[in-house]
Amino acid sequence: MEFGITTKERSMTITLRGELDHHAARGTMQEIERAVEAALPLQLVLDFSGVTFMDSSGIAVVLRAQRRMQALGGAAELQGTPAQAKKVFEAAGIHRLISIR
Amino acid sequence: MKRKPSNYIALDFLSRSVNEGFARTAVAAFAAQMDPTLDELGDIKTAVSEAVTNAIVHAYPDSLGKISLRASIFEENLLEIVVRDWGCGIADVEQAREPLYTTGGAERSGMGFTIMESFMDALQVRSKPGRGTVVTMKRRIAMRSNGR
Repeated sequence: MEFGITTKERSMTITLRGELDHHAARGTMQEIERAVEAALPLQLVLDFSGVTFMDSSGIAVVLRAQRRMQALGGAAELQGTPAQAKKVFEAAGIHRLISIR
Repeated sequence: MKRKPSNYIALDFLSRSVNEGFARTAVAAFAAQMDPTLDELGDIKTAVSEAVTNAIVHAYPDSLGKISLRASIFEENLLEIVVRDWGCGIADVEQAREPLYTTGGAERSGMGFTIMESFMDALQVRSKPGRGTVVTMKRRIAMRSNGR
């Protein structure tokens, strides 16, 4: 998994590239937490447009990022989510908990 | 008597997480001969990834063990995938299949079996504590006329 991080004012966008499975999940969680701790944004956008595969491991990653942002008084959302990942989120009902575009 | 598959592959691999990608990609490459859509391939890869991840995370929590994966093609474009381990087993399969149930801590979502159920046509889980688990999934690939 590769990461691109851009921050503008209090909004941070983290772009994920690669396959988000159990093998990649722990490193992805750590990368997101490190970036959030360093910049303390109020809005976190996870750009999923480069995620070529995702299973339920991605759900834990996203929910953890959202909980961290809520603890900071902010919010998280997803953008560019490919059809395969979107289907996983929807099967799990996660689209009711976080904005997925 | 069970009908014979027209084709199958069988793979054994060690329960290292790096093999998750290998397992789902191998099944997708095998299933390509059934002429699936990209959506169908995505569903199959996702379900295989969930089953193999379960074996890696839960069957062998503190050790490495053997995982066996078999994908078979039966008539009428039916794909059957069997993921077997010889790990610790599941004491209560019904409970394990419930959405959000997990023993995997904050790093797991508890949605693996839910995803497998919703992405495949049939899911069977047989397990014995101390003996291992066998997950059998079936998915019929839509037959299409040529010229797609």
